[in-house]
Amino acid sequence: MGLENSVLKTAPIDPTTLPGRRVRVAVDQPMILDSGATLGPITIAYQTYGQLNADKTNAILVCHALTGDQFVADRHPITGKAGWWSMVVGAGKPLDTNRYFIICANVLGGCMGSTGPMEVRSDTGRPFGLDFPVITVGDMVRAQKLLIDQLGIEQLFAVIGGSMGGMQALQWASAYPERVYAALPIAASARHSAQNIAFHEVGRQAIMADPDWQGGAYFDGAAKPTRGLAVARMAAHITYLSEPALHRKFGRQLQDRTALSFGFDADFQVESYLRHQGITFVDRFDANSYLYITRAMDYFDLAKDHGGVLAEAFRATKVRFCVMSFTSDWLFPTSESRDLVHALNAVAANVSFVEIESDKGHDAFLLDEPEFHRVLRGFLDGAASHRGLPTSGMD
Amino acid sequence: MPLDPVNISPVLRADLQRIADMVEPDSRVLDIGCETGDLLAYLWHQKNVDARGLEISQDGVHACVSRGLSVIQGDADVDLDGYPDKAFDYAILSLTLQATRDPKGVLANLVRISRHAVVSFPNFGHWRTRLWLLVRGRMPVSASLPYSWYETPNIHFCTITDFVELCRELKIEITRSLIVNRGGKVQDRPANGWANWTGEQGIFLLHKD
Repeated sequence: MGLENSVLKTAPIDPTTLPGRRVRVAVDQPMILDSGATLGPITIAYQTYGQLNADKTNAILVCHALTGDQFVADRHPITGKAGWWSMVVGAGKPLDTNRYFIICANVLGGCMGSTGPMEVRSDTGRPFGLDFPVITVGDMVRAQKLLIDQLGIEQLFAVIGGSMGGMQALQWASAYPERVYAALPIAASARHSAQNIAFHEVGRQAIMADPDWQGGAYFDGAAKPTRGLAVARMAAHITYLSEPALHRKFGRQLQDRTALSFGFDADFQVESYLRHQGITFVDRFDANSYLYITRAMDYFDLAKDHGGVLAEAFRATKVRFCVMSFTSDWLFPTSESRDLVHALNAVAANVSFVEIESDKGHDAFLLDEPEFHRVLRGFLDGAASHRGLPTSGMD
Repeated sequence: MPLDPVNISPVLRADLQRIADMVEPDSRVLDIGCETGDLLAYLWHQKNVDARGLEISQDGVHACVSRGLSVIQGDADVDLDGYPDKAFDYAILSLTLQATRDPKGVLANLVRISRHAVVSFPNFGHWRTRLWLLVRGRMPVSASLPYSWYETPNIHFCTITDFVELCRELKIEITRSLIVNRGGKVQDRPANGWANWTGEQGIFLLHKD
């Protein structure tokens, strides 16, 4: 049995009715993208937590990953689940909202309120679809900078993110070093690997193979490429885990049955779990956004943008870096974090590098990893002390 | 001033204190093999030093970063190559040289990446070590060298005289030498044959243009 039965009933996301803050940027002058195309005005949907201090020195920008969004620590308006980093962001948590002003914006190209392929064009009255220009991580960060400008924040205390969020943190530190005091790329890399591009291509092909995708113009009828998007999510989800984690969670246990069905139902719990992941994902994500954002990650290569020498991306940087990786992450392995650290060493940057022991794979940065949270808190406290901000007073 | 997030050890180990005393305030320091960061924390808080560390053990690195220090998980044998010339005012290698795979390469890197390198190591030429080997015919074990030969991380022991000779070979200038005797007393003395008999540990300030 396929995924159709459960997938086809979903209601479309309407980003214009989502709760939260919104700002229009690039209004008078469109933004020039890395591709050379222009885009504007741009809507950025974002959430904030905590209070901005009088000097505007306590702001932390959280950058979300491929399928994340701005609802870091809020109940999600579509799924009703707790925010994706509610273990990290909140009162008394490592990103302490009693002390820091936390900002998280939906990325450019996203589908939760920021300008992306779902947005209705003012000139045609129809959504962009594939007419949306191809964007890069650099473009995402360029748009975030316009938001930070609007908020009147001269320098962010920290930019932090995992996975694609970590790429954005690196891009921030490289493109706007004077606007960032500390950068924390977690489970990330300075360039997307061939293996990761390959996985993304599988996801994109799954979407484009769905007849309901209709060349990206699935706006008129009720049919949307939910099956393709669900398969893309299922394939990707495997890469976020690890063999030991999958084994620990599911082993070869059967789902709601005592014997094999000798058919193609979800006999195994792991199949049922993956199907569930795929089915629930399509409720909150747009297929075209998935194409655009995965493409942006594929194009990310900080060294290439600096004559092939990664260190040149950070020449004379004053930013304090905290690079973190997880032992069982095979999507963004420790070796890539180490390459980044070596490049930062080459310019004598102020950098901390910590590998966290975990068997939870790439997703470890989203999960309950006390050691990770302890180091995160410690690094931020140290940076706050150097910056002259109050610290938690904990060791 | 903000609250101090760090519990710094009130008293540094005697040799670390002497090393700390050599470091000028407001300088930039790399401590290689910084363990849980006692020296770095001291230098940061007491001398306003831009303190960085390199530590091989995961527990050590976690402890350091958790107390707000900038420390990289890495290996002196591998991870010094990437630093540019004279990136630091001081590069400190305390009681770690004898545990590296390539002490000569590490030493050359130390003086390359810093204006002043500070190196301390246990002296295998100390009279008790010599006597132990002479009388018992077995590898010395003591309070300062507590490991048996088959489990020791100290794979490249040297004497003060050996070290002085290696510095000469690498054209490294010894600008200061401190000799630590058995009682923990530290004396500013030349690293000569007498020091090689009586010193349990040598602390050297090095420089190479």
